[in-house]
Amino acid sequence: MINPRRYPLLATIAIFVIAYAICYVQFPYMLSTRVAGNLLTDNAYLGIVAVGMTVVILSGGIDLSVGAVIAFSGVFIAVMLRDTGLHPVLVFALLLALTTAFGAAMGALIHRLGMPPFIVTLAGMFLARGVAYMLTIDSVAIDHPFFDTLQSTYWLMPGKGRLTLIGVIMLLAFVVGHVVAHRTRFGANVFALGGGQQTARLMGSRVGRTTVMIYAFSGLMAGLGGIVFALYTGSGYPLATVGTELTAIATVVIGGTLLSGGAGYVFGTLFGVLTMGLIQTYIVFDGTLSSWWTKIAIGVLLLAFIVLQKALLRLGTPRASALG
Amino acid sequence: MMPAGVKRVLPQLITLAVLVALVSAVFPDFLQLHYSDGRLIGPVIDVLKRGAPVALLAIGMTLVVATGGIDLSVGTVMAITGAVAAAAIVAGHGLLWALGLALAAGLCAGLFSGCLIAFLGIQPIVATLILMISGRGIAQLITEGRILTFNLPAFSFLGSGHLLGIPVPVWLWLAAATLTVVVVRRTALGLLIEAVGINRRASALTGINARVILLAVYMISGLCAALAGIVTTADIRGADANNAGLWLELDAILATVIGGNSLLGGRFSIPAAVIGALIIQTINTGILLAGFPTEYNLVIKAALVVAILVLQSPLLAGDLKRVAARLTRLRHPAPATKKERASP
Repeated sequence: MINPRRYPLLATIAIFVIAYAICYVQFPYMLSTRVAGNLLTDNAYLGIVAVGMTVVILSGGIDLSVGAVIAFSGVFIAVMLRDTGLHPVLVFALLLALTTAFGAAMGALIHRLGMPPFIVTLAGMFLARGVAYMLTIDSVAIDHPFFDTLQSTYWLMPGKGRLTLIGVIMLLAFVVGHVVAHRTRFGANVFALGGGQQTARLMGSRVGRTTVMIYAFSGLMAGLGGIVFALYTGSGYPLATVGTELTAIATVVIGGTLLSGGAGYVFGTLFGVLTMGLIQTYIVFDGTLSSWWTKIAIGVLLLAFIVLQKALLRLGTPRASALG
Repeated sequence: MMPAGVKRVLPQLITLAVLVALVSAVFPDFLQLHYSDGRLIGPVIDVLKRGAPVALLAIGMTLVVATGGIDLSVGTVMAITGAVAAAAIVAGHGLLWALGLALAAGLCAGLFSGCLIAFLGIQPIVATLILMISGRGIAQLITEGRILTFNLPAFSFLGSGHLLGIPVPVWLWLAAATLTVVVVRRTALGLLIEAVGINRRASALTGINARVILLAVYMISGLCAALAGIVTTADIRGADANNAGLWLELDAILATVIGGNSLLGGRFSIPAAVIGALIIQTINTGILLAGFPTEYNLVIKAALVVAILVLQSPLLAGDLKRVAARLTRLRHPAPATKKERASP
């Protein structure tokens, strides 16, 4: 007997497999490790950010600042490496500390002021992108031998596919996210918070501390996503990754996590990210479809998943939504 | 005594006045008005005109937010309706068809989101996210990825024309806001919307058809977005599917929240939300006029937004009241309070 709460996750995986099969029938080369490797590399930053977003959404919140934080991270790394003699590793550590503190500050504001996360993280988005603009308004190339080494690190898979460092970082981020959300006391508190703040408080969960930690975690992941994005593009640009927060939210929803919070799986998000990447790859392979079909396809997919989830929930609790 | 209507928008008016004073301090000519060529010219008119799209969106957004929902799709609906209007003009259908089709497209978009929310019970933020993500693709499909330009003076009049010396977009948002306020406050509609927002189940039990109300507010929001899209398209005489209304949904939500409307639903004020839109536009225009480098815009905006939100925070207000109460208790020792209580 399968737990009904797993249906959305299983549906996500099934749809990914079916979609991949359809692509394979049309373009047999899709199954090669080269395509698989690129799928991981191209979506690495999105996946990492989506891990943080999953935890935020599991708690019933939302984080609109992540796209701007990625852009800030890229600019911060580029400017620091250009203007100071600091080693990249030190710059990375500084950046992660900064974005984590930034997330924690947003969490503290959300808890202390009783403001909706939507508005607080919206202000955070303005702030992060604004600071990125203040650092530079140009695209700054990153030129550092250590950075180049990281960029060109990869493992050769059978079939000459390249498993790049950033792809591996994304997979590790999902493992860490899974452990944090499903195996720790903090994760249990996140789920409790997603079930309702009042109930969480009555259960004895420390709501304030958990809220701060949730947004700090999302900030950390956004910073890591920023590092990966900088490695991916080799530059920092304040206008980069506009709207990534919405794509990340969409992947989380496609991955089977309920936006109302309290139910979902971190690994579902991985399949959400891969499904999105697959659509993009398919459009590239096809060659005749215009780029706007990506957006429309993602919207349709989103709709299909949400309706599916809704239907499954109705099946699970037949009477609860009768009055709606 | 102050009329209740004015009292409700007082915090927003004070915020706006403080901002205007701040901007005037750095840019003294801010409040200057000239009358030339049959039209009023001045930074204030500029704020009123440029604030038109967000003000229009804020009207619909306030109603949506009052039902406890949110409409993320309005920015892309602007792009779609703009593209529809431009495509109709380019195809030679004339002004009325262009307007009619654009407004119909806005209504359809609202109907789509409204159906998902009212009948399938999908959360508003997700239901409207679908259209927000795919809508820009649809708009690009209509314009085939190009910027559709057109030349129809009657249509551009809606974006850049003047009536009685005031830009037409200003008349449009004034008319839309007045009409909506009259409709929701002179009928029971406003009350019903508030009832649905406070507790949908309870409202359903009292016999309110919550589904129709929800459908209606999302369709009104779509209509407002269509108007905003028409204004933007008419102003630049072209439909830009990529940039029309980009991120304006966030500004509209911000305007609604600055207007003191709770995102959890319930009581709402359209005038306050429209003033909220003007506050945002004053910030945007003020930063430019004050001569700050444009790189600083977003940071200043973020700081001001946080400051406004902190001041309006319900929890902070509670804290301040508690502090104030403690201070008065310190100043008036216990016997004095007893005497006060005794007197009627």
